[in-house]
Amino acid sequence: MNITVRVWRQKNADDKGRMVTYGVENVSEHMSFLEMLDVLNEQLTLSGDDPIAFDHDCREGICGMCGVVINGIAHGPEVTTTCQLHMRSFEDGAVIDVEPWRAGAFPVVKDLVVDRSAFDRIIQAGGYISAPTGSAPDAHAVPVPKDDADHAFDAATCIGCGACVAACPNGSAMLFTSAKITHLGLLPQGQPERESRVIGMVEQHDHEGFGGCTNIGECTSACPKGIPLDTIAQLNRDLLGALAHGKA
Amino acid sequence: MAVSGLIMVGYLILHMYGNLRAFEGPDAFDEYAHHLRTFGEPMLPHEGLLWFVRVVLLAAVLVHAYAAITLWRRNKKAAGYVGGKRYQTKQNRTGIQRSYASFTMRWGGVTIALFIVFHILNLTTNDIHPGGASDSPYLKLHHSFEHFWVLAAYTVAMLAVGFHLWHGFWSAFTTLGQNYSAKRRDSFWNSAAILVSVVITAGFLAPPFAIYFFGLGG
Ligand code: HEM
Ligand code: SF4
Ligand code: FES
Repeated sequence: MNITVRVWRQKNADDKGRMVTYGVENVSEHMSFLEMLDVLNEQLTLSGDDPIAFDHDCREGICGMCGVVINGIAHGPEVTTTCQLHMRSFEDGAVIDVEPWRAGAFPVVKDLVVDRSAFDRIIQAGGYISAPTGSAPDAHAVPVPKDDADHAFDAATCIGCGACVAACPNGSAMLFTSAKITHLGLLPQGQPERESRVIGMVEQHDHEGFGGCTNIGECTSACPKGIPLDTIAQLNRDLLGALAHGKA
Repeated sequence: MAVSGLIMVGYLILHMYGNLRAFEGPDAFDEYAHHLRTFGEPMLPHEGLLWFVRVVLLAAVLVHAYAAITLWRRNKKAAGYVGGKRYQTKQNRTGIQRSYASFTMRWGGVTIALFIVFHILNLTTNDIHPGGASDSPYLKLHHSFEHFWVLAAYTVAMLAVGFHLWHGFWSAFTTLGQNYSAKRRDSFWNSAAILVSVVITAGFLAPPFAIYFFGLGG
């Protein structure tokens, strides 16, 4: 298939940036979206142009590095990561717009690459447990209700890609933050720090310049891992509880 | 946002109930309005309850508007606009699943605020009195809603309230932690929000429409 891609090109953080149009020919429909960009980059390199900078690592949908906005939707038209999106999801002759995540807290470094270290700092503000874990405990030593285990596990599949922020009209990172809160808060190991965790992470979230959630739900729909919206209500419950106990 | 909004929703339901008494005729309606003023006497001063409600409501409106403007500013900055637009593409501009109601929260809210000012000048102070001023609440209503433009203004405003609450009512309960369903669309609170919006919009519009089209009790 032959396609046209319009890509956001921006030399560095200070450059204004603009959309640039390229034709890509003989694209196999079995290629991943990133492989298509690889082909385009070879073309650009051969013709002496600067290749398009984009982030990627595992290319198997687990590291969360590869997010870009495709035709206005974070990670493109399928519920998956950009590296797991295939060209068969597009029509022959399609014009495809590719842009970086947009958020005040995710400044563009170059072309499609943004700085997502704000997420790391949210995690540092409480998204962990500090119990010395030692070797794995006996499976039934501390029973965990099946519902809690399932919910925690679903939330734990968040890969920190940032699509929720890119999709949220408010530039809020509530889905990401609440996924961590739900994951750790529903398991026994997460209890000792449950209240300080939610306070710390929400404070850091706001401090990084992410927006306030108005429960629009675009995050859940864009999330490649299908993190459900009720994790945000779980975060709010934990937050209200912690505030009521005077933990602020 | 959530608490101040829900206080206003509570008030709207009582207010709507009061308005529906118009169907019982002039005497019942004016009696109800009078009773609101003498409620609790002599334990409460004349119009005591009324002023209490007015102060609470004014506080709710101010808190709500202040929070809305703060949130609006903060979120605009957080969304990382480049040159007035967030994404340059012309595709999928309305997102993946966004509702019309969620798009109109801000300007719909401003519309409602302007309406509240008009509404108070019209039916409380009666400074705007199409069809003649009156001391009878029932006649104020009647004179106003014989005019098409008044009916149209109230209709637009009540539709705006309906949309605002469709998103707002659901959203408020999620903000308060009360959403236990993974998918927004089949959530209990989304259905509750639709019910509340429809009841409030229809309940408020019933008396004005009855007056304009059927004259309602002369
Ligand atoms: C002064 C005029 C008003 C303005 C400027 C305004 C604006 C807003 C804004 C910007 C939001 C949050 C945005 C969002 O969720 O996307 C909101 C939420 C809300 N509004 Fe209003 N509004 C106004 C009047 C009202 C009235 C009269 C009611 C009640 C009848 C109301 C009920 C609500 C509720 C329940 C919420 C949800 C709160 C939450 O999400 O926690 N608003 N409003
Ligand atoms: S919640 Fe989903 S969209 Fe957001 S960072 Fe985690 S995996 Fe990505
Ligand atoms: S490259 Fe790792 S998730 Fe796409």
